[in-house]
Amino acid sequence: MTQPDTNPHDPSALLEPLPGHSSLGRLERILRRGEFAVTAELNPPDSANPHDVYERAAIFDGWVDGINAVDASGANAHMSSVGICALLTRMGYAPILQISCRDKNRIAIQGDVLGASAMGVQNILCLTGDGVQAGDQPGAKPVFDLDCMSLLETIRIMRDNSKFLSGRKLTSPPTVFLGAAINPFAPPHDFRPHRLAKKIAAGAQFVQSQYCYDVPMFRKYMQQVRDMGLDKECFIMCGVGPLASAKTAKWMRSNVPGVHIPDDVIKRLEGAADQKQEGKRLCIDIINEVKEIEGVSGIHVMAYRQEEFVAEIVHESGVLKGRRPWRKEPNPVDQLVAERLEEILEKPKHLLHEMAGAAGDSDTQE
Amino acid sequence: MADQPTTPTQASLNKKAVQKTSYKPSGVSATGRKARSFAIRLWSVRHARALEWFYAHFAEMFLRLHPLWKAIGYERAEGPIKFIEKHTKGFLFDCRMCGQCALSSTGMSCPMNCPKQLRNGPCGGVRANGHCEVEPDMPCVWVQAWSGAQKMNGRDNILAVQKPVDQSLRETSSWLRVTAAAAAEREAAISQGAAQ
Repeated sequence: MTQPDTNPHDPSALLEPLPGHSSLGRLERILRRGEFAVTAELNPPDSANPHDVYERAAIFDGWVDGINAVDASGANAHMSSVGICALLTRMGYAPILQISCRDKNRIAIQGDVLGASAMGVQNILCLTGDGVQAGDQPGAKPVFDLDCMSLLETIRIMRDNSKFLSGRKLTSPPTVFLGAAINPFAPPHDFRPHRLAKKIAAGAQFVQSQYCYDVPMFRKYMQQVRDMGLDKECFIMCGVGPLASAKTAKWMRSNVPGVHIPDDVIKRLEGAADQKQEGKRLCIDIINEVKEIEGVSGIHVMAYRQEEFVAEIVHESGVLKGRRPWRKEPNPVDQLVAERLEEILEKPKHLLHEMAGAAGDSDTQE
Repeated sequence: MADQPTTPTQASLNKKAVQKTSYKPSGVSATGRKARSFAIRLWSVRHARALEWFYAHFAEMFLRLHPLWKAIGYERAEGPIKFIEKHTKGFLFDCRMCGQCALSSTGMSCPMNCPKQLRNGPCGGVRANGHCEVEPDMPCVWVQAWSGAQKMNGRDNILAVQKPVDQSLRETSSWLRVTAAAAAEREAAISQGAAQ
C-alpha cells in the first residue's frame, strides 16, 4: 500500500488533497487507486439518541470504505441523513450523504450541501427518492423541486464553479465526491445505460446500483456500459444484500419500488433448511460473480436489519483481498483531547472578563 | 448626490443573472396562480352568511341522497360530482381542489389560494393595505377570511386548528367525502342506539 487511507497525524481528520481528486475522502482515494471498494448502508434510527447511530456504525468498523446515511428511505421518516452524517464525521467515519429530492427544495438542498461539507462529509449520493405513497405518511406533500440529474448538476456547479444555482458566489466551495444511483433491473433496459451516461455528464463520479439478484441481467447491462465506455468515466458499485427469507424476498419484490428478484432466487431460498443462512450464502455467491465482471469497482452492501452480517459477507467473499479499511483506533489527537479534558476538569481557568467582573463586584461592595 | 452611480446590490445582481426568456405570460408565479380579478371571490366573502346557510341545506340534501350515492356507488359518482364541485367552487371561491374543504371554517375564503397555503391564519407578512406579501395585487386570503367569519353564524369555527393537508386527497370531491363520513357516523349512532 503506497498511499495511506488515513491521515497519519490524525486518523479522524480529513486526508491531504491529492491532484485530480475532487474530495478529501477515503472512498474516492480507494476507488481512484483501483482497489475494490466496499460500502454499506446504515439503518437510520427512529430516535434522538446519538449512541444509536454510533452503535449501528460500529458494526461496520474495519470492513467498509464508506457508510451510506440514507435520507428517509422508502419515504418513511427517520433521523435525517445530515444529522447522521454530523454524528459519523464526529467519530471519523467516512459517510456518504444521501440527498433525495422528495422532501427538500433547491434552497434547502444547497444549504444542506454546504452544511454537510463543512462538517467533513466528502461523498454525496444524489437520488430522486421514492414517492410519498411508498412510506408511512402518504398525505405528505411531494416536493421533487429538482430531480437526481439536476441535483447532480447543482452540486457540481457549487463545487467546480463555486457558485449557487442562482449564480451567487460561494466563498469556499464544498469538496465532495459525487455519486448517483442506477437501476439496471428495471425497464426500459435499452435506455438504462444512456441514463447512466446522462448522470455522468451531469456530474456523477461513482454510482451505486439497486439490489442485484439477477446477475445475467447485470452482466448484460455492464456489457452495454462498457461498449459505451462509461466504466472508464465513472466508478460502478454493485448493490447487494442478503435476503432474510423467501417470504421477505416476495414481499420486497411486490412492495419495494424498483427491486427485481427472479423466481429461481426465491426457489433457492424456499428449498433451503436455514433460509437466513442461505440468503447470506446467496449474497456471497452474487458478490463472487459480480466482482469478476469488468468495470465493477466495488460493492454496496445493503443488509437491512441484518447489518451484523456485513462483516461476514465481506470477509467470506474476500473482496477486500486482505486490505483493512479504516477502523477506530487511538491516535495522537486522542491524547491531546484527553489532556485538554483533564485541564478543563481540574484547573478552572481564570478568564480575563471573569476577573474584571469580580473586580467590579468588589468595587461596589466597598 | 444624484450623479453618483448606484452601487449594485445582491438583488440587482440576481435580477441581472436571471435567464431571459423570449416570452413569459404576465402574472405567473411560483405557486402557479393566475392573476385575475378577485371580484367574485370577494363577493363570496361578503355573502359568507348566505353561502353558509345555503351550504348547510345543500349538505343536508346531499346526506339525504346518501342511498342514491350508495346505489350508484360513491366511486362512480365521484367523477361527475367532482366536475360540478370543481367548477362551482372554482367560480365562487377560486377553489384549488385540495379535497378537504375548510371554507366553513375560513369565512368562505379559500385558504389554498394563499401562496404559502396557510390554513390556520395569516402570516406575518400581510401588507398595510391588507394585501398579500407574495402577490401584492391579491387581497390577503386571511384578511378576507376574518371579515367573512365575522358575518357567519359559525364565527368561532375559524379558531379551530386545522390538521395538515392530506395531499393524497387532492383533486377529489370534498362534498362526497363529507357526506359519506356523516352517513357513516349516523349509521354508527343508530346501530349503537339499537344495541342499547
